[in-house]
Amino acid sequence: MLNTFVVYVENKPGVLTRVASLFRRRAFNIDSLTVGRTEKPEVSRMTVTVDADQDAARRIEANLYKLVNVLLVENITEEPAIVRDLAMIKVASTDETRSKVLELAQVFRARVVDVSPESLTIEITGTEDKIDGLLEVLRPYGVLEMVRTGIVAMRRGSKSAVVDCAPSALAQLTDDSNVSYSV
Amino acid sequence: MSNVTTKTGAQILWECIEREGVETIFGYPGGAILPAYDALKHSKLHHILVRHEQGATHMADGFARASGKVGVAVATSGPGATNMVTGIATAMLDSIPIVCITGQVGSKLIGSDAFQETDITGITLPITKHNYLVTHASEVARTVREAFYVARSGRPGPVLIDITKDAQQSSCEFDYEAAKPQLPGYRPDLSPSAPEYAKALELIKNSKRPVILLGHGAIISNAMREVCEFAEKSGIPVAPTLLGLGAFPASHPLNLGMMGMHGEAWVNQTIQDSDLLIALGMRFDDRVTGNLKNYAVNAKKIHVEIDPAEINKNVKVDVALVGDLREVLHELLPRIQSGDHSEWLDSIDRARGDSAVRDIQNLPDNGHLYAAHVINDLWRETRAQDTIVVTDVGQHQMWEAQYYKHEQPRSLITSGGLGTMGFALPAAIGAKVARPEAEVWVVVGDGGFQMTMAELATIVQENLKINIAIINNGFLGMVRQWQEFFYDRNYAATPLLNPDFAKLAEAYGIRSMTVSQRSDVVPAVRAAREHDGPVLINFHVEQEDTVYPMVAAGSALHEMIRRPSPIVETAADD
Repeated sequence: MLNTFVVYVENKPGVLTRVASLFRRRAFNIDSLTVGRTEKPEVSRMTVTVDADQDAARRIEANLYKLVNVLLVENITEEPAIVRDLAMIKVASTDETRSKVLELAQVFRARVVDVSPESLTIEITGTEDKIDGLLEVLRPYGVLEMVRTGIVAMRRGSKSAVVDCAPSALAQLTDDSNVSYSV
Repeated sequence: MSNVTTKTGAQILWECIEREGVETIFGYPGGAILPAYDALKHSKLHHILVRHEQGATHMADGFARASGKVGVAVATSGPGATNMVTGIATAMLDSIPIVCITGQVGSKLIGSDAFQETDITGITLPITKHNYLVTHASEVARTVREAFYVARSGRPGPVLIDITKDAQQSSCEFDYEAAKPQLPGYRPDLSPSAPEYAKALELIKNSKRPVILLGHGAIISNAMREVCEFAEKSGIPVAPTLLGLGAFPASHPLNLGMMGMHGEAWVNQTIQDSDLLIALGMRFDDRVTGNLKNYAVNAKKIHVEIDPAEINKNVKVDVALVGDLREVLHELLPRIQSGDHSEWLDSIDRARGDSAVRDIQNLPDNGHLYAAHVINDLWRETRAQDTIVVTDVGQHQMWEAQYYKHEQPRSLITSGGLGTMGFALPAAIGAKVARPEAEVWVVVGDGGFQMTMAELATIVQENLKINIAIINNGFLGMVRQWQEFFYDRNYAATPLLNPDFAKLAEAYGIRSMTVSQRSDVVPAVRAAREHDGPVLINFHVEQEDTVYPMVAAGSALHEMIRRPSPIVETAADD
């Protein structure tokens, strides 16, 4: 089962390596991993999708927390969330096929971002399924090149994770004991 | 701001390490760490010069295991740093708090393949609890404080700090108090919730055949007294792991003896027959479970463990109490009901007569010298004193675990998880430095001894009273044993052509003896103890002796290979 984790980390050099190395080392297979900035400059946010059963997913979460630079981990697999992937697809197109390709792009609410005599480049944002769908119908025309960002995800509604990244003193750290792992 | 002074990164490094309570560091100098070594002249730290950086890490490790404090090892960049890798991995697998300081080439040279440059933070990423690359003097103080805090808190482990040469040399304003750790994501102190405690207590109350599995966590969290109270109040017997030996007195009536691959057969059988395993600070390593498919299938499992990532990793458990063992036991103790498990204990006692561990202990002296004799005699001679036995890895390690009865925590120092040959001699140096009043015995095979025997020079240079017992069987014994059982006695690459270890010791100025008769064991041990310097005893033991009983890889825990000769029934140990 594909699990989606949102991982908040300290925005420091090498943190991406630590996270990626953890998955490699524990033999968990990353399906996709994206990383970017957040509303706080000192925090980066990763969206990681991993194929794992429930037990493995819990261990991934626990192992992520063992990384000193990881601030918060949320498994949003079972939660209502907005999940988006972005793709750019370069399709072969001639005078005869161009209008048909444009029509398909329109059906998928994709945008044409580049045109040349032999090709069209289409940008599409959406769920992975939607992008797979567009890709399928474009294939007969000849997909010359494609790139996808991998998914980013955010929980629906007003509930947001509180990521405490303020420099904490030692005393405050040791008091933080209200995290528990039930089985 | 009277506390602010200007210092070099190197001076700050040592001052911060001193402020952590460190008095002795183990290291080896080199180009990229020279500014730090130069600054040692301003420091009160005692530096012990090792002969190989691996030795420094094992010494820091042995220091930590003997004392419970953080051990410190120092090396230069490149080969100095990579030589530390084995020692760091050893500490990682056994949750030992050490801090390793490595020099690094100048920050402007990083990435240029400069002389003696290596990406040691990259290399040690999976074998450290955390690591740092420090490129500015102003980062040194906070980094050292964080490193010590991370190393010793929660589930302890090794932390490496790689400091560039320019960060050591350059100066900055230094205010110790202001350089507070900043670890917003680090949560070492977890504790279970009330419903989890309730579930655990319910399982304990309803159990008819419970066993406590006692691990290294009991020693790390200093929970020996609580464990003892827990066992006595509940009447539940205790089976320790290798690293749990000493956490519960061997002579305690509720102590069953060691479990696992070379544990007592009837202890393993007890675990298999149990209806409740209460795992305290142990991680269900494959050496103690045997084949997981048929491991204690009828038992419910309670797992008290500080590291949430260990829960359900190897064995699926019914209740997990994630937290510090001592604190969890403090919560549980007042709510534990006095239990009467006499029926269960009686049935275990009936199996107790079938003890493989005692099967050669009191054999008549027929001229053969068995390693088990050596270790058992050593135990009888030294048990009245505060003695630390430091073992290497292999047959002698298992015999030590079987025949030396540990009453006190931190009286056995051994590499469990990584199984690092070459560990014993340097780790013993660290142990002796940590507890100079204790009697220290190295029990080491002839193979492992030769991996790090260069540290004999360190023993002499530091004038340390360390006794070394080489269990010399002319083989890589445990590998030979596997070849005997599983590779049709094809002893490929296991016979050893050894130097004369006694002469070798003499070359270092270490007093030495060679023993090949049972009757000479005790006199040699006594002579060694009376001598006021280091002593090496070369015990020539039976060449093709085998550690029994044994759970073969892939077998269930109770399916043990037993000693084929008729077992001699012996009186109980005194």
